[in-house]
Amino acid sequence: MPKLTIDGIEVEVPAGTTVLQAAEILGIEIPRFCYHERLSIAGNCRMCLVEVKPGPPKPAASCAMPVAEGMDVRTDSEMARKARKGVMEFLLINHPLDCPICDQGGECDLQDEAMTFGNDHSRYGEMKRSVTEKEMGPLVKTAMTRCIHCTRCVRFTTEVAGVPEMGMLGRGEHAEITTYLEQALDSELSGNVVDLCPVGALTSRPYAFTARPWELRKTESIDVLDALGTNVRIDVRSGQVLRILPRLNEAVNEEWLADKSRHAMDGLRQQRLDTPYVRKDGQLVPASWEEAFAAIRAKVAGLDGSRIAAIAGDQADCEAMTALKDLMGVLGSTNLDCRQDGAKLDPTVRAGYLFNSTVEGIESADALLLVGSDPRWEAPVLNARIRKRYLAGGFKAGRIGPAGRDLTYPVEELGVDPSVLIEIAEGRHPFAEVLKAAKTPMIILGMGALTRTDGAAILAAARKVADTTGMVTEGWNGFSVLHTAAARVGGLDLGFVPGSGGLDTRGIQAGCASGAVEVLYLLGADEIDTNALGKAFVIYQGSHGDAGAHRADVILPGLAYTEKEATYVNTEGRPQRTKVAGFGPGEAKEDWKIIRALSGALDKTLPLDSVHQVRARMAEINPVLGTMNAVTPAAWEAFGTEGPVDTAAFTTAIANYYMTCPISRASPTMAECTRVFINGNQERTGTDG
Amino acid sequence: MLQDKDRIFTNLYGYQDWGLTGARARGDWDGTKAILEKGRDGIINEMKASGMRGRGGAGFPTGLKWSFMPKEIGERPHYLVVNADEGEPGTCKDREIMRHDPHKLIEGCLLAGFAMGAHVAYIYIRGEFVLEGQRLEAAIAQARDAGLLGPDACGSGWAMDVYVHRGAGAYICGEETALIQSLEGKKGQPRLKPPFPAGVGLYGCPTTVNNVESIAAAPTILRRSGAWFAGLGRENNAGTKLFCISGHVNKPCNVEEEMGIPLKVLIEKHCGGVRGGWDNLLAVIPGGSSVPALPKEICDDVLMDFDSLKAVKSGLGTAAVIVMDKSTDIVAAIARLSRFYKHESCGQCTPCREGTGWLSRVMQRMVTGEASVEEIDVLDNVSRQIEGHTICALGDAAAWPVQGLIRHFRPELERRIAAARGGRSAAAE
Repeated sequence: MPKLTIDGIEVEVPAGTTVLQAAEILGIEIPRFCYHERLSIAGNCRMCLVEVKPGPPKPAASCAMPVAEGMDVRTDSEMARKARKGVMEFLLINHPLDCPICDQGGECDLQDEAMTFGNDHSRYGEMKRSVTEKEMGPLVKTAMTRCIHCTRCVRFTTEVAGVPEMGMLGRGEHAEITTYLEQALDSELSGNVVDLCPVGALTSRPYAFTARPWELRKTESIDVLDALGTNVRIDVRSGQVLRILPRLNEAVNEEWLADKSRHAMDGLRQQRLDTPYVRKDGQLVPASWEEAFAAIRAKVAGLDGSRIAAIAGDQADCEAMTALKDLMGVLGSTNLDCRQDGAKLDPTVRAGYLFNSTVEGIESADALLLVGSDPRWEAPVLNARIRKRYLAGGFKAGRIGPAGRDLTYPVEELGVDPSVLIEIAEGRHPFAEVLKAAKTPMIILGMGALTRTDGAAILAAARKVADTTGMVTEGWNGFSVLHTAAARVGGLDLGFVPGSGGLDTRGIQAGCASGAVEVLYLLGADEIDTNALGKAFVIYQGSHGDAGAHRADVILPGLAYTEKEATYVNTEGRPQRTKVAGFGPGEAKEDWKIIRALSGALDKTLPLDSVHQVRARMAEINPVLGTMNAVTPAAWEAFGTEGPVDTAAFTTAIANYYMTCPISRASPTMAECTRVFINGNQERTGTDG
Repeated sequence: MLQDKDRIFTNLYGYQDWGLTGARARGDWDGTKAILEKGRDGIINEMKASGMRGRGGAGFPTGLKWSFMPKEIGERPHYLVVNADEGEPGTCKDREIMRHDPHKLIEGCLLAGFAMGAHVAYIYIRGEFVLEGQRLEAAIAQARDAGLLGPDACGSGWAMDVYVHRGAGAYICGEETALIQSLEGKKGQPRLKPPFPAGVGLYGCPTTVNNVESIAAAPTILRRSGAWFAGLGRENNAGTKLFCISGHVNKPCNVEEEMGIPLKVLIEKHCGGVRGGWDNLLAVIPGGSSVPALPKEICDDVLMDFDSLKAVKSGLGTAAVIVMDKSTDIVAAIARLSRFYKHESCGQCTPCREGTGWLSRVMQRMVTGEASVEEIDVLDNVSRQIEGHTICALGDAAAWPVQGLIRHFRPELERRIAAARGGRSAAAE
């Protein structure tokens, strides 16, 4: 470990550390624009120049300079300060003075550093350079005149996002950062370039001219638009969510955020259910809470429990599911399910439905088998982690399932149907040898494989692959289920599944159609076929007027994830909690409270008078839900049902990444993304919108 | 004065056959196997003893550079890359070597490649050198047919192959790491150092990049001994050097001379003197466009080698001597160079990308005097803000000519500003 002194302070750091990192350890911050700890080192902004002895009598770029024994670094010497002032002057001569109309204002690295290293006047009297804007799609707005050519965006798209679509064209003064073909960035992570841009060259298009950073109230929360549980910061002004940014969590999302999670938030303002509704003469009419509860009571009172059913949707929180499960219990119903897509997950064995390897664990895997999963759409940030692992080298990936989709890392196409999985399980396929040879092999099992009618057999076959190829060893479990719904693991943990003799999602739907089920409670469940519910009395509780609400007989307005403090368990089995960032509209109430109030109206009052009692009840049902933010390893037990598999090819679980839930379907930005990315960016016609 | 017996480039002017027969007649490929038998250390020590400093411009000791390559060939192959992207304005020495004496370069590739454990040498040649590229390829084919290159080069058991790669005309691709990038098929932008190419170079493998002249001179040095080479020139500035003299001389030429020859002797002896006589001399750029110009007072007695020119705040560079007589508009000449560097800056790092344009624009105004006297100091200060703050030396190269102009010709700049002022006030009256 080399020992060096920085500004007179001695420090010992591992070999290979850069001077900038070593200074950071000491708490000395060296200004920088191009350097970013998750991207390769470019060393081109020259802002981090420091004086290094011994060495040539000129400053060195600390971001790229590895430490050496006996080095004497001065970060604040005359030479270093002069160098930085010079660089700052160069950066500013061609940077427009448009801070007052720039969206980066107030959170601009260049602005901040100019306070320290900028001159109070300019010595440059020539014309400033202007650069034409570049088309980067519906999410990224450009003002390339402001660009300081740090190439963070280029490095991010190339390295992390895996879409080499950005670069620097031209040279010298005329160098321009652009998407080569001036097309929208075809990445589900494109919004991150806005965060990375140290100036206002790349800004968020939907957020343009909306607010100044100092006007925003910032709340640290959790994203629920996919099952990864990305840590986010929600920025709110006057109770309205204006933007969502990623928050650092090395174990989950590092510091990235997927585009849907970032930009679907304008859907929180559209199609909201702001008051209870009751269907009268075929029309949904606004009602008071009492009227709505009375309508439910009129239907439910005296009804046998077996004729009542409940389905929890993809964004239902654990508190609400706990309350609803208990309500169904006191009503005597065992017909409940949180798997509205009909996934054949085994709720009895936790290891059978978790992403056991953990997201961080992907980085220690050396072989990967993807089964019926498209991680690029199902969890873009997790996919970036797989790409990171691929870039580190010594990693082999194979895929059974929809072929041809570019995952940003090479995958061997093993086949499209479950027979290949059986072959690997029985050791008859060459890829079985790849997995066996690997020290830490893993399998990612997607919903595309489990929502089929033969899902249970596929689950069993996948388990067999894990067993026969040594995926489960001391300290390593490579069997990983990638969920698409934020509520799913929480629901399974809570046992929001059919009790003895109860119906599952398919059974409930069939029961509704046949009349066996008379009352159906949808807790934010919109992804089922709501037209096939027969004459059943449908209670819809949720935040958005989506498919479920259209079919409902009574609507109970709930809150969206940004408006309540609620628990979600991510695909790894990591319970995390959202925070209240903004207010819900009108009469909308926190979901568990609605259920608690309804239980009172039905004379079956649940003993859940405070959120503490709800959380205590959650932990009672499953102690795992009592430990926040941590992954509790699950025991490896038998699950799945061996049986014949269908020869039909796997399909993808998601048809359109940009519209997977009521929030994203209501979002104008996601509609625009769908038009550009999914529908091939066709020109609008006069009849559009 | 260099005697004919000590000349290395004996076919510099192409009076003789450039092919293998002619080359052999001039002594090339003679006893190459015996030199190889001295072993890697033997060759490197001989090169170190010769005191040869790199002929590409920076003047880094060649033998020392070769010794930086890993001693053992590990998992990654070693590469020799020859920089034939001769783009420095005023310089035309490598062109002549490749056109008239390609076998010297190819033999040098074998010896240097062997000394650094490389089985492959790439010659990155400037794309405009069409004939030279063809000659090189033909000469490589001759050498291969004669068994001088190939799996058993010169019967030594060492496998060596040489390939020619054509550049696309960017000045920056003459910078060694940008050249490596370009050779890999990437955008020609300099890389950060460290890591140096000897550790991580072409395709991430240990690589040494040498100038054509350095490599082409190596066989003769190794044949005639390092001591012979070191005996020529001055201490720390040994050997012979190709000088390219252009501009206002009666007979512009390329000539091989001893290092440390007085500039005046070089011009008077080989170029027929300055146009209109020595007293008509205004300034000389002694080492290619990137070094500061020298006024006549210094040119009178300065010696042409690395250390002497450094002592007068200029440099030997590529030894491309650009002579300007008193008819020259020195400000316009330097402004043209500034425009060149603005055009050739790769745009990667801030001081050079932004600073070269700034310099160029102010220089354009200086030509007509449409500036203020204070701006001369700003210009000098800006050039110093570029110098030493960039990834590669292009920033320095852009700054030095301007600094040289201000250092030696400031009165001329002030005169023009005053004249323009006077003109303006006269027009206003």
